[in-house]
Amino acid sequence: MMRVDELIESISTLQRSDLEAWIRDELITPGHEAGAPFFSDMECARVRLICTLHYELEIDAEALSVVLSLVDQLYDTRQRLLSLTAAIAVQDKNVQAAIIAAMAK
Amino acid sequence: MKDPYETLGVNRSATDKEIKDAFKKLARKFHPDLHPDDKEAEGKFKDISAANDLLKDAEKRKRFDAGEIDASGAERPQERFYRDFADGPAYASHATQDGFANDEELQEFLARAFTDKGRRSQDTFRARGQDVSYVLPIGFLDVANGAARTITLPEGKALQVTIPEGAEDRQMLRLKEQGMPGFGGGPAGDAYVELHVEPHPFFIRKDDNIHVEVPVTLKEAALGARIEVPTVGGPVAVTVPKGSNTGNKLRLRDRGIRNRKSGQRGHQFITLKVVLPAAEEPELVAFLETWQPKTQQNPRKEMLP
Repeated sequence: MMRVDELIESISTLQRSDLEAWIRDELITPGHEAGAPFFSDMECARVRLICTLHYELEIDAEALSVVLSLVDQLYDTRQRLLSLTAAIAVQDKNVQAAIIAAMAK
Repeated sequence: MKDPYETLGVNRSATDKEIKDAFKKLARKFHPDLHPDDKEAEGKFKDISAANDLLKDAEKRKRFDAGEIDASGAERPQERFYRDFADGPAYASHATQDGFANDEELQEFLARAFTDKGRRSQDTFRARGQDVSYVLPIGFLDVANGAARTITLPEGKALQVTIPEGAEDRQMLRLKEQGMPGFGGGPAGDAYVELHVEPHPFFIRKDDNIHVEVPVTLKEAALGARIEVPTVGGPVAVTVPKGSNTGNKLRLRDRGIRNRKSGQRGHQFITLKVVLPAAEEPELVAFLETWQPKTQQNPRKEMLP
């Protein structure tokens, strides 16, 4: 968990104005404690991803929201897939085999 | 750590722009958050990031080229990527789903289920076929003596079933690999056949023994006789002793059901039942009217006060 200053300190490329813009655009949603925003480990990782996309891969601010929306959809879908597979994983081996066979068609 | 120039695929005289472009190209390809299923992406991305960190910094690059520092100085600390969270149970703030644990077995299942068309299932996945079960109604005597039956399955396949001698009602027979076909060269499932033995009109089975009630005529009972009685193995001659009565029992040794384990046959127990003539017998009636029994008999004595 990090505060705004710690986060900016930890990522050398990160500009404060960009971070504020991303929060405004809801690309990042920090928590709030005593009126001050804080970033969970997951949000920090998300900020690092956005920094790589923006500063290093040079994806501009507008394209960034499109890319992140797709990334979010990708991980949403992965979560659904994981819960589906978790449900399948507890089924009988025969059921699993039948599902895989049906998917192979 | 490998040579940073080699990692980025640029030569030692590469310009800053060439290094940057090389990094961008590789980062797009290997960023783990953008390639969550690529197991090697994380390691590769770390290497190219470290190489980029070193070479994009003119001062560090100069010192590396002069041999003052080695590439390990640029190694990155362990970084947790977004995908480590997004695929994990804590993923909630950007997703609508309830999270749950990510585990290796699931990943393996996913990999099996979603490998590309050409490779999947047949080559990469082997599984036993499904077991199937059937109920087979079977005659009493077929079970007593053993029999062979053919079951025709709904899909047209014929299944040979050998009913072992002495099989019991509700007994389950397992026909190895006669179930649904396997996948990817895996063995077929098993077929289970449950026997439902139909009752017999006069034989009653108790364990390995057969019980049967055999009617005898008044004359056979009174005078004794050699009669034929049915057994599960066919008719057998038996002597009814002189003066037999309803309820008297006879035993036919080794005429019951063969025990599946010991191989020993059970017995057949016959309970005699005296029957009066079905047609009118005026002579018998005339005899009884004048008959004076030697001993007075009251068969209901015990039943009345």
